[in-house]
Amino acid sequence: MSASTEILLIAIVTATACALPGVFLVLRQMAMMSDAISHTVLLGIVIGFLIFNDLDSPWLIPAAALMGVITVFLVEVFVNTRLVKEDAAIGIVFPALFSIAVILISRYASGVHLDSDAVLLGQLEFSFFDRTEFFGLNLATSLVTMGVILLVNLILLLVFYKELKISTFDAGLAAALGFSPVLIHYGLMMMVSITAVGAFDAVGSILVVALMIAPAATAWLFTDRLSQMLLFSTIAAVLSAVGGFGMALFFDTNMGGSMATMCGIIFIIALLAAPNRGLIAVALRRMRQRWEFSQTMLVIHLLNHEGTDREADECRVDHLWEHLRWKPEFAEQVIRYAEDHGTVRRQRGILNLTDEGRDIAESAMVR
Amino acid sequence: MQALEVTDLTVAYQDKPVLWDIDLDVPEGILMAIVGPNGAGKTTLIKSILGLITPAAGNVLIYGKSYAAQRQIVGYVPQRGSVDWDFPTSVLDVVMMGRYGELGWFKRPSAHDRNLAFEALEKVGMQDFAQRQISQLSGGQQQRTFLARALVQDAKLYFMDEPFQGVDATTERAIIEILQNLREQGKTVIAVHHDLQTVQEYFDWVTLLNVRRIASGPVADVFNTENLRRAYGGRIAFLREEKAAGD
Repeated sequence: MSASTEILLIAIVTATACALPGVFLVLRQMAMMSDAISHTVLLGIVIGFLIFNDLDSPWLIPAAALMGVITVFLVEVFVNTRLVKEDAAIGIVFPALFSIAVILISRYASGVHLDSDAVLLGQLEFSFFDRTEFFGLNLATSLVTMGVILLVNLILLLVFYKELKISTFDAGLAAALGFSPVLIHYGLMMMVSITAVGAFDAVGSILVVALMIAPAATAWLFTDRLSQMLLFSTIAAVLSAVGGFGMALFFDTNMGGSMATMCGIIFIIALLAAPNRGLIAVALRRMRQRWEFSQTMLVIHLLNHEGTDREADECRVDHLWEHLRWKPEFAEQVIRYAEDHGTVRRQRGILNLTDEGRDIAESAMVR
Repeated sequence: MQALEVTDLTVAYQDKPVLWDIDLDVPEGILMAIVGPNGAGKTTLIKSILGLITPAAGNVLIYGKSYAAQRQIVGYVPQRGSVDWDFPTSVLDVVMMGRYGELGWFKRPSAHDRNLAFEALEKVGMQDFAQRQISQLSGGQQQRTFLARALVQDAKLYFMDEPFQGVDATTERAIIEILQNLREQGKTVIAVHHDLQTVQEYFDWVTLLNVRRIASGPVADVFNTENLRRAYGGRIAFLREEKAAGD
């Protein structure tokens, strides 16, 4: 496997591993909590490093996961006092733990691989050089780590799909039925923490949140079903990874940054162009509805004044816009469209309904 | 045997009591309303019976055993507003959640569960909406979906938190018919209710609550001006109407 293929593969696996739990973070409105976790896990890594004195120790991952859970717990402790709201609690806990990590690194671990650039932005480009033997294959360590994390995430999602679904949608019922939403909540947070630690190497702590949240938010624009949302989130993640990889090569720039940028670009494209829910589709629908409504309004107005004393005044082509509070140009367009469709006729400056127009007006009023 | 026995139930948030020493005996096969002013602790009472809130003191027995032992025979309809209706799922899927309790951990719903969910939707007249995304439902349709989800639990004792909240008159009649149907099958339904005018028409039993239990028993015995005054305190505009109508 060439270096670039392997790096691309790491990017894809990392993005996918993040995008799966991301769906539940988005549905539980916990995007900012995942941002906090992806930073505070650093404290777990640093403490683990100081205890075991080895950056490759497998104990760093549980240490980091534990710190993620502690983060969630501390935020909940603050929120439960009812003196602080959740966003403020996150804003207090996350910098506090993260800054302790930064202090510890600069005091006790300076000179080790834990330098601030790598922490913030990751170094996917160099992940190729750190290698492991895995079942007889010589692979990049990151690829093995993220591959295992992706597999574990997939298995957990499949096994606990029903439990995650009910406790996310209706925690009260989940608890009443004997599922423990608290256990599932902390399980999910542990999963997020471990994924964040793994993704750390590739994209750094700032950008992990982009990989978790953006693909899930993108997916939600396309579907109304949880299972499809997970699938689309994965697709958006793969596209972000491939796009980010290409972008980094083209501009010769940082790969983690490119991937996160691509996540954002894909989301914006989806936000504009998604069928039904996209902004363009919504704007088109509104325009069509406004147009249809003005057609109906016109025929109803004409019907109401048909054959009355005020007909000559109310149904005059050049004054119609005043009565319906339309702009003159818009009124002219509406009338022309109605004429073309045979619902009204102009006779000596007065608008008259055709039989067809009368039918439309009458049926519109019945409804 | 009593369907529900609550003794000395006390719930407090920090030092503020929400429920004080509640005793309740509910026989099998009745429709019971829980009424009381806002903040009386109606929802808290249901939630603490179901173990969703840990009480400071007291004991709850469902058919003589603890709730944890009787989960399978208890159905629960939470307040409609307690969930996010934008959640990406279908009506049928929400109803199927009522089967999760019997399935337990890990096991996935089968075609049998699907059929049961569909039958429940038919009972509440929502079969045409089975595949609809839940955010597209009206308030009444949401309430019916929740009701179907409780029916599919096939419980003996049902707790419903404001099943008539925000529904139109037609839906309200449809829902009360379903509840009466449950009673005819020997089931017990306990519902938080807001509309005092319909208590006598809809329910057999009533519990008047305002932090303490004011009264509990057959509507004919306890739903009177005296008890309502004690439950609602000064807010008795409705009571005067009632009295005037009685005169």
